[in-house]
Amino acid sequence: MAVGVRTSDLRKVYSSSPPLGAAGGFIARADAKGGKQPKAQIPALDGLSLDVLPGEIFGLLGPNGAGKSTTVGVLTTRVRPTSGQAWIGEHDVWKEQARVKHLIGVVPQRPNLDFSLTAREILIFHAAYFGIGSRQRNERADTLLEKFKLTERANQMVRGFSGGMMQRLSIARAMMHDPQVLFLDEPSAGLDPQTRILLWEIIREYHQAGKTVLLTTHNMDEADALCQRLAIIDHGHVIALGTPVELKATIPGGFLLRLRFGNQTADLLERLQSLAGVREVRAVDGTGADVYADRGGSLIPEIATLAANAGAELSDVHISEPSLENLFLHHTGRSLRD
Amino acid sequence: MNWKTFGAMLARDAHVARRNALQLFLQTFLQPLLFVFIFGRVMVGSGYMPAAYKSLLLPGIIAISMVFTGIWAVAMPLIAEFQWTREIEDRLLAPIGVAWIAIEKVIAGILQALVAGLIVIPLAWLVLRPGVEISIHTPFAFAAIIVLVAIFSACGGLALGCSINQQHIGLMFGMVITPMIFFGCTYYPWSALKPFPILQKAVLINPLVYASEGMRATLAPQFEHLSITAVIIALLFFDTLLLLVGLRQFEKKAVT
Repeated sequence: MAVGVRTSDLRKVYSSSPPLGAAGGFIARADAKGGKQPKAQIPALDGLSLDVLPGEIFGLLGPNGAGKSTTVGVLTTRVRPTSGQAWIGEHDVWKEQARVKHLIGVVPQRPNLDFSLTAREILIFHAAYFGIGSRQRNERADTLLEKFKLTERANQMVRGFSGGMMQRLSIARAMMHDPQVLFLDEPSAGLDPQTRILLWEIIREYHQAGKTVLLTTHNMDEADALCQRLAIIDHGHVIALGTPVELKATIPGGFLLRLRFGNQTADLLERLQSLAGVREVRAVDGTGADVYADRGGSLIPEIATLAANAGAELSDVHISEPSLENLFLHHTGRSLRD
Repeated sequence: MNWKTFGAMLARDAHVARRNALQLFLQTFLQPLLFVFIFGRVMVGSGYMPAAYKSLLLPGIIAISMVFTGIWAVAMPLIAEFQWTREIEDRLLAPIGVAWIAIEKVIAGILQALVAGLIVIPLAWLVLRPGVEISIHTPFAFAAIIVLVAIFSACGGLALGCSINQQHIGLMFGMVITPMIFFGCTYYPWSALKPFPILQKAVLINPLVYASEGMRATLAPQFEHLSITAVIIALLFFDTLLLLVGLRQFEKKAVT
């Protein structure tokens, strides 16, 4: 039976350096640095509540440092929340840790493979930690090595593996004990396009077997292609939640035209607002405007005429179709890559 | 408590130890054996040291080999695995309480320390003979002490391994290990410090003193030594203290 994931009003304040996760790695290192200066209080999660349904592919989308990895850390028993609760199915993550660990598989942002072992041994020992019998774990290891195209390197130490191979092995390892909920933290970061497609296929296949998948990403395409529902996270809380289609529908008009002018006047912005199909106009930096509209390219001649009449020369135009990137920009005023 | 998980983690450590057997062997025994050879054979043979020194030296060498095997076996992997590669993560995510993972490391360290002790006795005896006078007069006391020493070494490894970072390993050797060896009554009996009364009291905070003196009391009782009861009490104290400190540090490192 599929298992859901829930959090309620999670807060996490780091009093030492935040987990590597928040800055590109996965898990925190308790850096016990004494020192006289007061420790910085870094809030990572600020009242985050989520409800991931059993058997869905759910995405956490947000820029670096938004709190995605910390959320995964809390849900996987690796980061203790300052307050709030988290559940995997019916089990409170912080009260029934061993039970919860049985239900989850975790693929960290950065591979944390056991460098003292070969690829095959990593899978075999992982299954042994979960109490899987010898015959079954051998069979499953062979199947997964094959599926992830690692059979040829199975008996080599992983130290010499490429980043992509390590990532594939990390995912294979997380699947060894057939977890009900699979966590993937930035699974395709650093993967070549071919491997990324293989990864997506594998995630979909795993999901079709009735499993819940929770992944974090700052890649819009990935979120769009894979996730049934998404939560957009910024500064440690959810700023938008829904299916990719629903979320994109909340962007006024759908299309986003980013305009730059030689010199810009308030009058010009008002006139832009009055064009047919324009839903919203926002001034940017005094020299540009973000125009949310129902149509894209067909607006350009009218905008160019308006600008010429107002004496503001149009110097740059960028049109984007409805996308999660635009959604993020709309909610935060910042681009995901900022 | 999940015994299957615990057993699998022990099996993993045994597997890695087997793979690195030669390296471990050299790392553990080369230095003490060279020491035994120079001080026990060369210095005694050339007349700079009395012949009785051989029997005095051997218990200390056993203690030092056991203690540093245990510390090394637990501390070094922990330091490496808690670094940015976070290799220990797959065990932290195994379905078992976090403290049990630390205890598993301690058990693995105890076993390695015991094996080191049992191997170094005949090896050192081979290098030193003839003229070594050691015998086990009180087998139960000897067994108790050797186990307590192994526990001390592994718990010490846990406490050290979870308290320092990779970049401080050199510092650990300079500031902790080296003074511990030289003030550990390994190469001389505690009674030899009588002319230095303050130092003689001060070294009692060094748990290696009890390991060396305990070995001496049970293997070569002809030399003056600390009482076996005092040694056992002190080792029990250090075992408990280091285990508690080690577990606390481990949990602090394991969960953010």
